[in-house]
Amino acid sequence: MTNADIQTVLPEVLLAAYAMLALMFGVYTTKDKVAPLLVWVTSAVLAVLGLWILTGGGGDVAAFGGMIVNDAFARFAKVVILFSAAAVLLMSEGYMAKRGLLRFEYPLLVALAVVGMMVMVSAGDLMALYMGLELQSLALYVVAALRRDSVKSTEAGLKYFVLGALSSGLLLYGASLVYGFAGTTLFTGIIAAVGEGQAPLGLLFGLVFVIAGMAFKVSAAPFHMWTPDVYEGSPTPVTAFFATAPKMAAMGLFARVVHDAFGGVVGDWQQIVAFLAVASMFLGGIAAIGQRNIKRLMAYSSISHMGFALMGLAAGTAFGVQAMLVYMAIYVTMNIGVFAFILAMERDGAPVVRIDELGGYSKREPLRALAMLVLLFSLAGVPPLVGFFGKFYVLRAAMDAGMTWLAIAAVIAAVINAFYYLRIVFLMYFGEDAEAMDSGISPVLWGFLMASAAIMVVGIINLFGVEAIAATAAAALVN
Amino acid sequence: MDDIVRDYLPILIFLSLAIGLGIVLILAAVIVAVRNPDPEKVSAYECGFNAFDDARMKFDVRFYLVSILFIIFDLEIAMLFPWAVSFQYLGDTGFWSMMVFLGVLTIGFAYEWKKGALEWE
Repeated sequence: MTNADIQTVLPEVLLAAYAMLALMFGVYTTKDKVAPLLVWVTSAVLAVLGLWILTGGGGDVAAFGGMIVNDAFARFAKVVILFSAAAVLLMSEGYMAKRGLLRFEYPLLVALAVVGMMVMVSAGDLMALYMGLELQSLALYVVAALRRDSVKSTEAGLKYFVLGALSSGLLLYGASLVYGFAGTTLFTGIIAAVGEGQAPLGLLFGLVFVIAGMAFKVSAAPFHMWTPDVYEGSPTPVTAFFATAPKMAAMGLFARVVHDAFGGVVGDWQQIVAFLAVASMFLGGIAAIGQRNIKRLMAYSSISHMGFALMGLAAGTAFGVQAMLVYMAIYVTMNIGVFAFILAMERDGAPVVRIDELGGYSKREPLRALAMLVLLFSLAGVPPLVGFFGKFYVLRAAMDAGMTWLAIAAVIAAVINAFYYLRIVFLMYFGEDAEAMDSGISPVLWGFLMASAAIMVVGIINLFGVEAIAATAAAALVN
Repeated sequence: MDDIVRDYLPILIFLSLAIGLGIVLILAAVIVAVRNPDPEKVSAYECGFNAFDDARMKFDVRFYLVSILFIIFDLEIAMLFPWAVSFQYLGDTGFWSMMVFLGVLTIGFAYEWKKGALEWE
């Protein structure tokens, strides 16, 4: 019994054990001097675990009396999380080392955050959910404040911590209401207590609070306030991490709760999620127009992308979940490429974040500018790039669910969002020449930038088969 | 479902009592008390002296570290105690779960020690 349970969570257990062993290794040897080694090893461990889960397969297994669920949905989310975390770790090494930020705790905190995310997406119980969420968040608060002698970075960490604590409080309050009215914290028990059609009032209150807490974590408007400040203040590699793996984990958790625990009352949460989606898409798009700092711009961009992903969820169908998963996989891939570009934006070794500085970039670095152009077009959803198919999927999910008004709003929001992506392209190709930036780029960053851009072009053939895997994953969740 | 709601009735009563009592106390102070302020009455009182300096002073971050350490091991005891009391019913799973928990805490402690967080000077 217990052995089978441990088998189910073996990837999480191994990753946690690795993080603790590596921590001991680092602190008992030469401390920060082993940091580059630990970055590479951690990244390799994450990638190997990702490959293992990807190829391992396995059915729909519940462990620890249903507290942990390992199904195709959890595996899809875990693979995306593991690979994106591994990629971001590799990208961060050069940047962090150059600025003296490469402490040996950094890769291990990322590994522990990933353990938390893996628990989040396979949570089958409100307690497992909260444990995973807090493990993830606590590690993320620390990495946000990694540059501890900078006011902005510490402010980012503190802001993230205070608002994260607030959102955890909302979520816990909702969870306690749900427990009080359902009499159990297990999702399988909650879904039975909720029944079909119309949830009892107390449970509905609980649901609303839980959704508010989770909306904080996915940074959906109107719970997005922390995002721009945290993205701006954190060291850029950490921002890249925030924009990828935790977003996938939080969306996975969101889908898990609304379908596994409240799947019987789709009508009750559908309107809330649809509102979050519309608010995020428009707020992200409109607020990004005024931004000149590329990190803040990417923060608003991620808010609006979360809106699009939530639109898939708002459909409330298996196809909607599939669309959300495809969208998130594409979003994460695009963001890795864009952040590889941002990490390479330097002048005399100092990072550059203002988008005006990109003026005339295409003349000096034609290949990098072209890759960024492809990625930005893809983010904006310009056909025929892969990003367009992500948007197309969620739009179709909303249409199929009969939410035409949502689809129309999303198309309008997509046009608004395209403006600020295209402005960066305009600046790079037709803008006034700014002072030249450093032309060097580390091979790792170059590789991720080019690979990401290439995926956006080549992926249009069959999306690398992600659709089929996402369909299986969605079918495992919605039934 | 109704049973559960009835179970929460004492909490509702307690809540209304707490709110009611709070309102009564505040209103009583407003209505009944005599108010006749002068500068000496409203100034800060510090054992008969004038206040020396601002209350918001800086203090060493190490105090904070020690208090965090205290909380961690305090909680450890709070977890160990019920575990020890009900040990005979727990079986192997219960024993090893606690051992894993203690192991994780020990790793954290060893990290702190080697990192130099416990060195006062």
